[in-house]
Amino acid sequence: MRILLIEDDKEAAAYLSKALREAGHVPDHAPDGDQGASMAADGGYDVLVVDRMLPKRDGLSVIEDLRKKGDHTPALILSALGQVDDRVAGLRAGGDDYLAKPYAFSELLARVEALARRRIPDAAETVFRVGDLELDRLSHTVARSGQAIPLQPREFRLLEYLMKHAGQVVTRTMLLENVWDYHFDPQTNVIDVHISRLRAKIDKGFREPLLHTVRGAGYMIK
Amino acid sequence: MTRIGKVVRTTAFKLSAIYIAVFSVFSLFFILYISYSTNVLLNQQLRDTIATELLGLSDQYRVGGLQAVVEVIEQRAHQPGASLYLVTDISGRILAGNVAEVANDVLSTSSIDPITVRYQRYTGDSEQRTALVQVVRLPSGFLLLVGRDTGEREQFRQIIGGALAWALVLMIALATLSYIFVSRVVLRRIDSLSASSRRIMEGDLAGRLEVTGSGDEFDRLADSLNAMLDRIEHLLYGVKDVSDNIAHDLKTPLTRLRNRVETALAGPADAANYRAALEATIEESDQLIKTFNALLMIARIEAGSPDGEMTEIDANAVVHDVAELYEPVADEAGVELTANTAPQPIMIKASRELLGQALANLIDNAIKYGAPVEGAAHIALSATREGDTLVLRVADNGPGIPADDRERALQRFVRLEKSRTQPGSGLGLSLVAAVARLHHGAIELGDGNPGLVVTMRLPLK
Repeated sequence: MRILLIEDDKEAAAYLSKALREAGHVPDHAPDGDQGASMAADGGYDVLVVDRMLPKRDGLSVIEDLRKKGDHTPALILSALGQVDDRVAGLRAGGDDYLAKPYAFSELLARVEALARRRIPDAAETVFRVGDLELDRLSHTVARSGQAIPLQPREFRLLEYLMKHAGQVVTRTMLLENVWDYHFDPQTNVIDVHISRLRAKIDKGFREPLLHTVRGAGYMIK
Repeated sequence: MTRIGKVVRTTAFKLSAIYIAVFSVFSLFFILYISYSTNVLLNQQLRDTIATELLGLSDQYRVGGLQAVVEVIEQRAHQPGASLYLVTDISGRILAGNVAEVANDVLSTSSIDPITVRYQRYTGDSEQRTALVQVVRLPSGFLLLVGRDTGEREQFRQIIGGALAWALVLMIALATLSYIFVSRVVLRRIDSLSASSRRIMEGDLAGRLEVTGSGDEFDRLADSLNAMLDRIEHLLYGVKDVSDNIAHDLKTPLTRLRNRVETALAGPADAANYRAALEATIEESDQLIKTFNALLMIARIEAGSPDGEMTEIDANAVVHDVAELYEPVADEAGVELTANTAPQPIMIKASRELLGQALANLIDNAIKYGAPVEGAAHIALSATREGDTLVLRVADNGPGIPADDRERALQRFVRLEKSRTQPGSGLGLSLVAAVARLHHGAIELGDGNPGLVVTMRLPLK
C-alpha cells in the first residue's frame, strides 16, 4: 500500500522508507510540513505517517487541515514527547494513532497496517471468521469447528481485536491500548500471559494452531 | 540617580506629598469660605449702619434744617469709633464733619449704593484711610456724606491670612512626621523584604523572608512568598536530583551498552556473534528507554503539569481493571491476587491512566518482592472510602520492608539490597508517590504483619 512519510530527520526517513519497502509497501517521503501537506492533499495514500515536530509547519496542523477538507486518510503521529496529554492532543487534532519515539520498527509497521485495515468498513461485519474459528459480535459467542468456547468478557475483547486484524501483526502495546485502554508500560509480560490463556482455550486440542507469536513483534491470528 | 531623586521616588515621600496636597486644598477651601462669608456679613453691617445714620440725619434736616444736622454731626463726630460725616455746600466748601479731605469726584457722584473711597481723617493724623461712604444731596443743595471706616474688615482679613499661614506650617510639619513614620516603620519592612529576596536571588536558596509574627499584611506577604520559595526550592532540587540521577544511573547502562558493541566488533566477524550482540543491544536500549520514560514522567507529574486527563472516574473500576490485567501474571508466578472494592462507586476526579499505572507498579513490586519465604503468596488489592478520602491499598504477605528503610524506598533510583538482583529501574515507588501527590494525596508504607502494605490516600474533593 502507499504510505506518505512526513519526517524531517533524513536518516530516520531513509531507514523507515527502506524498511517499509522491504515489508512490501510503497513509501513516499516529504521532508517538511508544507511539502507533506501538498503531497497528502494530492491524495492516493492509504496511510500517513506524520512526525509531530516538523520544519515550516507543525505535523498536527497538517492533519487538522486535511480533516477540515474532508480527507480521512488514516494518520499515525510520531512524537518524541510521548506523554499522555500529547497523545490526547494528537488524537484530538485528527490523528488516528500515536507512537512515541523511540519506537521499534515492528511496532510502527503493525500500527500502519492496522490503520490501513480500518479503511475497510467493518462495522457492519458481525461475525469474524479465521479458519474454523468463529466469533459472533452480537451474541458474544465463540466457536471452533462448531464447538462453543466459553470466554471471559476481556478474553472475548482480546480475541475480537486479534480477529479484526486477522493476518496482521498486533503488538503488545496495541493490545494494552485497545483492549484495556491503558497506555503505560506494564513492565512485566502481562499481555503474554493473557494471550497464553486465550491460546489455551482456542488452540488447545486442535491440530492447527491459529494464534501465532511473531518473534520480536507481537501476535497474529491467521 | 541623585539622592533627592531617590527620596522623591519613595512611597513615603509620595504619600506625604499627597497628604499635604489634600489637606492644603481642604483648609484653603475652608478658610476662603469663612473669609468670604464674613466679608459679606461685615459689608452688610457697614451698609446698614450708613443707611440708618443717613435716615436719622435726613429726619433732623426735615425738623431743624441744616443747622440741626450740623449740630448732630458735630456732636457725634467727636465720639470714639465715630462714623465719618461731612457736610459741604454746593461749591464743595466743608461746613461740618470729621473728614479732612476726600476726592472731589466722590462728592459729585450721588449714587444710592455706598462706595469705597480713600480719605483723610480730620483729627490730626494724616494717614490715608479707606472707608465705605454714601453721599446724598439735601434739598437745599448741600451735600451730606456718611461713611464707616473699613479698618475692621482689613484687620479681620489679616487674621484669616495668618491662620492660613499657620495651617500651612502645621501641615508641612505633620507631613514630615508622617513621612518619617511611613519611611521608618512601614517602608523599612519592605526594604528588608526586597533585600532578603535579592539575597535569595543571588543564590542563597535556603534563605527566607523575615516574619515578625505581628500578623500584619507584611507578614502575610512574607508567608506566601516563603511558601513560593519552598516550592521553587523543591522543584529545583527535583531537577537537580533528576540530572544527578541521570548522570549516575543512566551512564552505567550506557557504558555497558557501548562495551558490548565494542566487544562484538573486536571479536570474531561472524554473523551469529554480531546478531547476538545486536539483540542484546536492543534489549539494553529498551530498558534504558523505559527508565528514561519513567524519569520524565515523574518529573512531569511532580512539576504539576496536567498530565493525562483528569476525569470523574470510579476508583472501584480502576482497581478491578488493574487486578484483572495482572491476575494471570500473578497466577503464573504462584501468587493469589484478590481485589476488594467498596459496595458503592467511589467517584474521584483523577487520571485513570496514572492511577492505573500506580496500582500496576505496586502489584508488580508485590509480585517481584512480596513472596513469603514459605507458604502461599497473596496480594490483596482494595479500594475503600474513609469519609472524604479514597484509600487504595496493595498488601502482600512477604518479608515487608524494615521501618528504617521505608522512607528511603520512596526515593528515586533507590533499590533496597534484596531487589538489586531483579530487573527494574528503582523508579516504581517514586512514580506512585508522585501520582499520589498529583492527586493531592500521599502514600505510606506500613507493616502488614507479615508483609508490606502500601496505602494511597487521595482526597475525594
